[in-house]
Amino acid sequence: MSKPKVAFFDFTSCEGCQLAILNLEVELLELLDIIDIVEFREAMSEKSETYDIAVIEGSFSREKDRRRLEKIRETAGVVIAMGACAHIGGINSLRNNQTRDEVQRIVYPDNPTLYETNKKALPISAAIKVDAFVPGCPVNVGEFVKVVKNLVLGKAPGLPTYPVCVECKMNENTCVYEYGKTCLGPIVRAGCNAVCTSNGGVCIGCRGLIPNPNLNSQKDIMEKYGLNMNLIMDSMNLFMTEENKAKEV
Amino acid sequence: MGETIKIDVNHITRVEGHGDIKIDVENGVVKECKLEIVEAPRFFEAMLKGRHYTEAAIITSRICGICSVGHQLASVKATEDAFGIELTKQNRQLKTLLDMGQYFESHVLHVYFLAVPDFVGAQSVFPLISTHKDVVLSALKLKKLGHDIGDMIAGRLVHPIGIIPGGFTKMPTVERLEEILDRIKDARGELLNGVALIKTLTLPDFTRETEYISMFKKGEYAFIDGNIFSSDKGEVSYKDYRKVTNEYLVPHSTAKRAKFNRNSYMVGALARFNNNYEWLSDTAKTVAEDIGIKPICYNPYLNTVAQMIELVHIIDECESIITDMLSSGLKVEEPIKPVLKKCTGVGAVEVPRGILFHEYTYDEAGYIVEANCVIPTGQNLQNIEDDMKAIVPAALGNRTREELTLDMEMLVRAYDPCISCSCHLLDVEFINDN
Repeated sequence: MSKPKVAFFDFTSCEGCQLAILNLEVELLELLDIIDIVEFREAMSEKSETYDIAVIEGSFSREKDRRRLEKIRETAGVVIAMGACAHIGGINSLRNNQTRDEVQRIVYPDNPTLYETNKKALPISAAIKVDAFVPGCPVNVGEFVKVVKNLVLGKAPGLPTYPVCVECKMNENTCVYEYGKTCLGPIVRAGCNAVCTSNGGVCIGCRGLIPNPNLNSQKDIMEKYGLNMNLIMDSMNLFMTEENKAKEV
Repeated sequence: MGETIKIDVNHITRVEGHGDIKIDVENGVVKECKLEIVEAPRFFEAMLKGRHYTEAAIITSRICGICSVGHQLASVKATEDAFGIELTKQNRQLKTLLDMGQYFESHVLHVYFLAVPDFVGAQSVFPLISTHKDVVLSALKLKKLGHDIGDMIAGRLVHPIGIIPGGFTKMPTVERLEEILDRIKDARGELLNGVALIKTLTLPDFTRETEYISMFKKGEYAFIDGNIFSSDKGEVSYKDYRKVTNEYLVPHSTAKRAKFNRNSYMVGALARFNNNYEWLSDTAKTVAEDIGIKPICYNPYLNTVAQMIELVHIIDECESIITDMLSSGLKVEEPIKPVLKKCTGVGAVEVPRGILFHEYTYDEAGYIVEANCVIPTGQNLQNIEDDMKAIVPAALGNRTREELTLDMEMLVRAYDPCISCSCHLLDVEFINDN
């Protein structure tokens, strides 16, 4: 069986996920045993007209990018949204809390409408159908490899459907709520090995909500620690402005 | 003469972000010579408005994956500057080490994966896996060292977690520091093999006098502390960075550019090498002499070589910092909490691609009122274009269209531009787009 051809593309993003892939180090060489990377602009000059799997990083924030996305969709059998920007809008969607006029006036006071931008920065699924996603900002490279392997084998991507709290507990961390901090762990999808809370941070929600998040339970936690639910709403805006709105928490 | 050449490189490869090269020569006359930026606008300054001081570094980190450590350092330093937080020696050491972890990752990625393929006639690093496997493995090993330094200090190197205003949320262990120290010592030999490889490459022979701007602190090859230094004008306070960067827009709408004493200036490894050569480690100086590069070097293609020399210096510096930390003993230091007040602060840091500035104004509750970030690549754009304008006329009649295209791509790559960063807020609309 010939190896599936994989192409990487980037839209509105920081390219940190592609960088994380380049950082796979020796594992990258092993991944190359089962796939052929045929296009990866950040790392190579080669380009390809055909590919089986398209991995897309970045949000959809300019109408003129729609055609390029549609072309990728037409060419690829499988489209993977890689990272928070492509998956849920990510940090780019933070600006969706302001109007386009406002953000343009702040950043380009002299000529606000000089540069084309949509009203909102949205996930890739706002422009084309997406078959699978790898969450995170940046992606967890082990999880990326797992999802690609599963898809190559014709299996489901195999992402966890439980929250970050599960992994955080398994790492034997003290709950950050005990320190009076606000954390999105109870409602955000695991798979990162609770990397932020395990390094002295809090969950900032880069991986998006779990399916059927128990928001009432989150409210109970906030009440238990005497915290205002607005704090959660506000930190959800960092990466999950679009999910936040969709769920009407 | 009388040559007509049109070069249009759409999305330069092996650089971070989206940029195009446009050259238009008609009947021997250069009509257009541009590096255009096609990255989507991201509106970071608008996104920062109204966010809490604890989120500034988390948000600005996402300007760029490859430079995320640099953005976090500059962001945290700006916040610390604003609230007047005095840092401990250990905090400065940890920040410097974190910055150096990023240099490993970034310089090695650029030199080995992005630049070297041009010199061995390859389109990317991937074919080198079979032709030059030892070099690729060596690069991966060096990069991994950078990552592990980042992991040790801040949880990870892409969008770090542990660095916050006033300190770090975690501490490295003695065992981890000792392990990293051993690997740093091993890496020296690995790196010197790379230096030997670099020595065999023939770099384009082109010079153009320009102004070099870097950080400056007497007695140090400055990374995270100091003022600004111009090779033309001398020292300027970091607080007065706007007097140096003088950001402006060009009529053909590429990203924001900068100029100080001349039409353009250069930042990055070559600028630091030129301005701070005196304080490179002895080994790094020996390597520089051996390669035959000395300040002031006006060949921008040698930026890649300067990066290798810096890596040698960084190995020495990491070794001395870690040795000092181990002998002084690690102290548990709780991050210093700022006393909130209306204030403004500037953070300047030498990141791999050059000097980076962040500036924030906070309200009395610690929320951002105004933010400004000036990016190394933006500062370099005009200098790159000025180089192109010097190279193209001289090449007419001597170089084929294909050769000239490669010369231009190699030039742009030599600057190791990070276009995602430079265009954290700007975009261009092209007449010939699509």
